[in-house]
Amino acid sequence: MAEGGPGAPGPSADAGRGSRALGNRGVLVSSASTVLFFAVIALIVALSPGSEVVAERFFNPKNLWQSLVGSTGNPSVLGAFLLNVKIFLVAEVLILVLALVIAVVRGIPGPVFFPFRLLAIVYTDLFRGVPLILVLYMIGFGVPGLGLPVVSYLPDVIYGVISLVLVYSAYVAEVYRAGIESVHESQNAAARSLGLTRWQSLRFVVLPQAIRRVIPPLLNDFIGLQKDTALVSVLGSVEAARAAQIYSASEFNYASYVVAALLFVLITIPLARFTDRLIARDKRRREAGALA
Amino acid sequence: MSEGPALLLEDVRKSFGENEVLKGIDLTVEPHEVVCLIGASGSGKSTLLRCVNLVEPIDAGRVVVEGEEITAAGVDANRIRRRIGIVYQAYNLFPHMTVLRNITLAPREALRQDRAQAEENARRLLDRFGLLDRENEYPDRLSGGQQQRVAIVRALAMRPHLMLLDEVTSALDPELVAEVLSVIKELAREGMTMLIATHEMGFARDLADRVCFLEAGRILEQGPPNKIFTSPENPRTRQFLGRIIEAGRL
Repeated sequence: MAEGGPGAPGPSADAGRGSRALGNRGVLVSSASTVLFFAVIALIVALSPGSEVVAERFFNPKNLWQSLVGSTGNPSVLGAFLLNVKIFLVAEVLILVLALVIAVVRGIPGPVFFPFRLLAIVYTDLFRGVPLILVLYMIGFGVPGLGLPVVSYLPDVIYGVISLVLVYSAYVAEVYRAGIESVHESQNAAARSLGLTRWQSLRFVVLPQAIRRVIPPLLNDFIGLQKDTALVSVLGSVEAARAAQIYSASEFNYASYVVAALLFVLITIPLARFTDRLIARDKRRREAGALA
Repeated sequence: MSEGPALLLEDVRKSFGENEVLKGIDLTVEPHEVVCLIGASGSGKSTLLRCVNLVEPIDAGRVVVEGEEITAAGVDANRIRRRIGIVYQAYNLFPHMTVLRNITLAPREALRQDRAQAEENARRLLDRFGLLDRENEYPDRLSGGQQQRVAIVRALAMRPHLMLLDEVTSALDPELVAEVLSVIKELAREGMTMLIATHEMGFARDLADRVCFLEAGRILEQGPPNKIFTSPENPRTRQFLGRIIEAGRL
């Protein structure tokens, strides 16, 4: 850059042409390999002995459409999928809050707070260890079984949300904690030296930096959460997977499962691409920071 | 002042595990005095500064700031800390905040100044140190010298009675050292009480009212800079300064 003489533009322009040419060839190669890959899969499916039955049971356009919009006696998979979206949105907000509380509690120093720290550790260990479906059974059948006023008489879907929040908060708390620990201690020391309290330092200096760093892994966990909303069906809530099951049981056709799967994929892909973009942006920033 | 010395340390001790870094430090800093700590890396200079405001808790001894013992049980250390500004070697600016927010955070949250007042005060300080056009930049967009000056402004915004400077020029490129040192000289001229750990011997000689030589966690010798730099009594001090002169740093 410093020696921007007459020779300088030449090589950089060449490099630009070179990389564009390579880029074009790259696109060609990747398109070709993609086509080939799916052609092979399609061929295997088409040539398999049961291919006609599979096409009829899974991909019949009439059944695909019917299960998507619903028919007499069968709920619409798309309509049921709205319940998944609602469960996801409510659970996500609750998880973000509860997990942050757990992560912060786990980091409070001092012997007085030992019982709270212990509780946070036991919580994360427990709920990361138990499979979600078992938590769903225990909450969904156990709490109503207690016969307590109000809490034992909630709609099934609420027990489902509670279970998801309990399990995912344990994971997300660990993500937060990793973020908090990644902020260098000197940042906290600088804040405390200015006379800020421990809490103010956490709130204004440590957490904003920590959360920014863990957004990509958080989104990754939420992609998992989006799919796991389907498990809430074991408590009887008619969400997309359950609606698909009802359809397939009455029509002897599995197209509804394909529809439900596509709906989950459709909503997951934007989130996955968004996560990728954030990761790429962070990487660019770090590299720019290293240069500065 | 009726409150006595700006800072009084009595038999301050600090260990990291097995390693005793401060082995009983006694030190008094009078109001408006500039005291420089010199000594090799690892002699305990930085640790000493960090222990003064108790961000690094001490194992034994007393720290008294303007007559108030910060180490006494039941004392709100945060309140006393606000009177002590500290500037670190690595600046430690908050990377997610603009320059202006870096400076106004503590006045607003710890001193409960309103936003307009805190920002006006910050802009006045930035202007004085030639940084006014940088108020909306993030720290990583600034040069090292600018970042360090912002760190000094951030500490000054709390209107400290005492400034602790921990090798504030050690991380800077040589051509950026002067701009930071001139800021510190200006503070000294205004009568700011300062305790400065430094490797810049020329700077210590010009600026300090008193120089303390630290080795292995003890103050081995202290006195006016003329005396320490020209006729030190302790053979260890002579040896240290000899090495500095050999390295062409004095």
